[in-house]
Amino acid sequence: MPFIANTDDDRRSMLQAIGVGSFEELIPDIPSEFRLKEALSLFPSMSEMEVASLLDRLASANRTSPDYVSFIGGGAYDHYIPAALKTIVSRSEFYTAYTPYQAEVSQGTLQAIYEYQSMICRLYGMSVANASLYDGATAMAEAVSMAMNVTGRSTVLVAGKIHPNTSAVLKTFIEAGGKASVVQNVLTDGVCDIAALESRMSDQIAAVIVQQPNFYGCLEDVEAIGALARSHGALFIVSADPVSLGLLNAPGRYGADIAVGEGQPLGSALNFGGPYLGIFAVAEKYVRKIPGRLVGMTKDRDGEDGFILTLQTREQHIRREKATSNICTNQALNALQAVVYLSLMGKDGLCQVAEHCLQKAHYLADKIADLPGYSLRFAGPFFREFVVNTPVDASVVVNTMMEKGFFAGYDLGIHDDSGLLIAVTEKRSRAEMDSFVENLGAIS
Amino acid sequence: MNIPADLLYTKDHEWIKVLDDGTTALVGITDFAQSELGDIVFVETKPVGTELSEHDVFGTVEAVKTVADLFAPVDGAIVEVNEALDAAEVVNSSPYEDGWMVKVSLKDASQLDALMSAAEYSEMVGE
Repeated sequence: MPFIANTDDDRRSMLQAIGVGSFEELIPDIPSEFRLKEALSLFPSMSEMEVASLLDRLASANRTSPDYVSFIGGGAYDHYIPAALKTIVSRSEFYTAYTPYQAEVSQGTLQAIYEYQSMICRLYGMSVANASLYDGATAMAEAVSMAMNVTGRSTVLVAGKIHPNTSAVLKTFIEAGGKASVVQNVLTDGVCDIAALESRMSDQIAAVIVQQPNFYGCLEDVEAIGALARSHGALFIVSADPVSLGLLNAPGRYGADIAVGEGQPLGSALNFGGPYLGIFAVAEKYVRKIPGRLVGMTKDRDGEDGFILTLQTREQHIRREKATSNICTNQALNALQAVVYLSLMGKDGLCQVAEHCLQKAHYLADKIADLPGYSLRFAGPFFREFVVNTPVDASVVVNTMMEKGFFAGYDLGIHDDSGLLIAVTEKRSRAEMDSFVENLGAIS
Repeated sequence: MNIPADLLYTKDHEWIKVLDDGTTALVGITDFAQSELGDIVFVETKPVGTELSEHDVFGTVEAVKTVADLFAPVDGAIVEVNEALDAAEVVNSSPYEDGWMVKVSLKDASQLDALMSAAEYSEMVGE
């Protein structure tokens, strides 16, 4: 159905049809102090040609990742997006559709989401995945909320180093009501201090949270952390990077009750911070507690396969205040990008991407560590990111390197922390990395 | 509409049957309730040991498109939960027998006097 604006004649005949003299007669409840008394003061209207020119000028003031060799990570990564993915996803049936309100009529959309759910279950080793949430940070918040709902407890322990933005979202979601608290455990060499975590465990803990790899890129001892969570009946929540799962063990295999993650690396562009993709999956026993939309497969009355939205009695439009969450949407387009990406790459392809990231990150880390004035901040194993101590403030390094055509990394000074967080994806070539090192070496 | 004469009823469509020992009772939902709800897919109750006051919510019954609270008819404690509820459709097929939900220990038998008889419940649901 095309959108065509109403004309004055259309408006007149509509008002006449309902027997009303003017639009204002329909809104008597809006107090006069909230109504505009005069027309909005807009600049004169422009032709399409002039608008296009203005927007071009504005857009060209941006500097975007294709123009720079990027080593920025910290939750959003410059992975390669296959051309075929963009073609498939740009189909107007996919690209322009909103959340279907009569879901069963949109079988194609439901099937794509069902396949997405299935792939997430496989990748994360979990039994049930939802249709997705807004992003990794809110997925974590929903996981915590669910754990508190399931256990009836109100304290959550963050075992290791999670993304500071996730911590901020948790503060908003979970602590704002004043009834629950999120406690940060002590770190040692950039990862969870297991002994300290053990001393903090109690029957008051609803969940233990870990991010793998963690915000610093380091690998946490997830088996030990999971065991501690279980020992006191707390839920074990793991936030796992989806690309890392091409190499690392799946959360379901080491006992995660809830697995969440930021799905941007699976086929979504960097998008200047969003839209991204909240991955959310649970162990079988929590299927009635999982928030978000669930697509199921069933048979219609003719015995044909079909897709539906299922277990809707979990959701707030039926369960109201007793629902786990009030979320009633998903990131359909980003989830579609993820399922198309995984389909195109396949299991082997994803493993290869992960392998490239691992090898290249370690190649770069070794070379940087050899530069005078630079050193690795942490000694433990890492996947595709690592923190570097710099000879001058990280922000100076970032600005200097930008002049040379590099996004040097994520300045941890933003979070009152020290060092430069550098990420290496499969897109980085040896030549790019060698040039990067050479230019870093020139800063002292 | 089946409304057994030997049971007592609440206005929330629960029934209660005092057992021979006089100190415990079975609680469930009526034939009218299961019929209104449609296919029941899940029943969840508070665990054994839970202390209940009259009208406390002791669980929920879930149909395909709706979820309804279950209210305690009298004060008491849950001493047993019906395991047959794992196949929730038993509540549709046998709401008064195999589909009982919880067994409670009665705190104050005089509370039963405030409940409806089969005749009164029958009138309430318009039979």
